Amino acid sequence: MSEKNINVTLKVWRQKNQREEGKFKEYLAKDISTDASFLEMLDAVNEELISKGEDPIAFDHDCREGICGSCGFMINGNAHGPLKSTTVCQLHMRNFKDGDYLTLEPWRAAAFPMIKDLVVDRTALDRIIKVGGFISVNTGNAPDGNAIPIPKTAADEAFNAATCIGCGACVASCKNASAALFTSAKISHLGLLPQGQVEVEKRALNMVGQMDREGFGACTSTGSCSASCPKDISLVNIARMNRDYMKASFSKKPEIHAGDGA
Amino acid sequence: MLSFIQSTVGKKYLMGLSGLIWAGFIFGHMAGNMLILVSPDAYNVYGHAIVSNKILLYGTEIALVGALVAHVICAIFLTKQNRESRGHRYAMNPNGQKAASFASEWMAIHGSVILVFIILHLVTFKYGPHYETTVDGVVMRDLAKLIIEVFSQPMAVLWYLVALVLLGFHLTHGVRSIFQSFGLLHPAYQPIIRRAGAIYAVVVAGGFISQPVFVFLTRAVAA
Ligand code: HEM
Ligand code: SF4
Ligand code: FES
Repeated sequence: MSEKNINVTLKVWRQKNQREEGKFKEYLAKDISTDASFLEMLDAVNEELISKGEDPIAFDHDCREGICGSCGFMINGNAHGPLKSTTVCQLHMRNFKDGDYLTLEPWRAAAFPMIKDLVVDRTALDRIIKVGGFISVNTGNAPDGNAIPIPKTAADEAFNAATCIGCGACVASCKNASAALFTSAKISHLGLLPQGQVEVEKRALNMVGQMDREGFGACTSTGSCSASCPKDISLVNIARMNRDYMKASFSKKPEIHAGDGA
Repeated sequence: MLSFIQSTVGKKYLMGLSGLIWAGFIFGHMAGNMLILVSPDAYNVYGHAIVSNKILLYGTEIALVGALVAHVICAIFLTKQNRESRGHRYAMNPNGQKAASFASEWMAIHGSVILVFIILHLVTFKYGPHYETTVDGVVMRDLAKLIIEVFSQPMAVLWYLVALVLLGFHLTHGVRSIFQSFGLLHPAYQPIIRRAGAIYAVVVAGGFISQPVFVFLTRAVAA
């Protein structure tokens, strides 16, 4: 075990709530173990703030295992920090040097209202899921395994898309604050499987529609999203979403309701 | 249909389709103009053949103007919407492994320079001084003379160089982006598509750049 401790200076965005103006404030994180995670480093800084009677820095977190999608903020302009395929809770201080100067900013997007400091409201993403991120099946006994044959390649791709943890780093790092990567991952992980076929058109129309209504921007294929995605969700999903949406837009059939018929 | 165009995804299809029309045209335009490297007469005969075919000429012009208008309108709408969606700007932008390419970050900026360029380019040549020449007994516009006149001025050559390099950037990202916008990305072809965009852009921009540079070096410097 390397027993090396470092000091880093933090420039942190502090904002009480949406109404009040925010500003950057500097803090010194002293004597931090390089084995500590980034959030553990913030815990240490907060302990000190609390002992001095100051307001601790608010940040979102839950599992601290890189699986829940709660954590996330910008470190020196990069969502979840400099390392690829990593959530900020899985980022360790050994990736930084003694004396580093780190600017911490919350996710910024018109569709992500400020809550406090590094915490923003990401329920816009939940609302996108709500309008189409499901399949309608009758509940009942669990079906037999492999009762529905699924090609391995489709299962793999669907599973990759399903690893999206909904952290919002894609939106945060995109110059257009586009939610295309997130939405397309949610559309793909159902749409690639036979169980997801029934609603494939409706799903694309509803989820893209909700994405636009929430005020996320348009994708311009910069690839910033995928580069900062902790789960390496691929741009191929966005292409699939566009294709599904285009097909659905031009083949949309009117819904027939009971009693409509002659 | 209307909701398709109103959606961000639909506008990207329109953006890509109009970009594709122009991308196809400028490849042909670049290739045809290479005749200026052969001889002024060859160039004039080629130009005369095009303007003599009214159906081809007007058809192409209508398609190009329509596509450019659609492209610019979509660009304005999307850029405005995207700025609003971003809201508060960051103190620092993504960098290192997470940075976006120069070309993709500045599409609206080089796009705007290209628009100015297209207008000035038409004013200079299409609506420029009308010289005449006779090749094999046929009277035709002497565009080659105008080209040589324009590209004997170092500042004109420099402006074309700048605009064409920016066009190259616009196309590197644009051609790649079309595949994504149209839903044609596929894991197996992703690297090929990235390279195809770059190769196309280098060929078009490089081909165009060779023309004013050739004229300048052979006429202005040699003279
Ligand atoms: C010779 C003329 C032009 C060509 C060949 C061209 C080509 C393209 C292509 C292929 C795309 C990609 C479309 C997609 O993402 O699906 C594109 C995007 C774009 N173009 Fe152009 N364009 C031209 C002129 C312009 C002009 C004059 C403007 C400025 C007003 C402009 C602004 C944009 C913008 C803002 C985008 C979207 C950015 C993005 O998707 O990343 N372009 N262009
Ligand atoms: S696509 Fe990646 S960056 Fe975006 S929400 Fe999902 S896991 Fe996070
Ligand atoms: S805290 Fe759960 S992913 Fe980081």
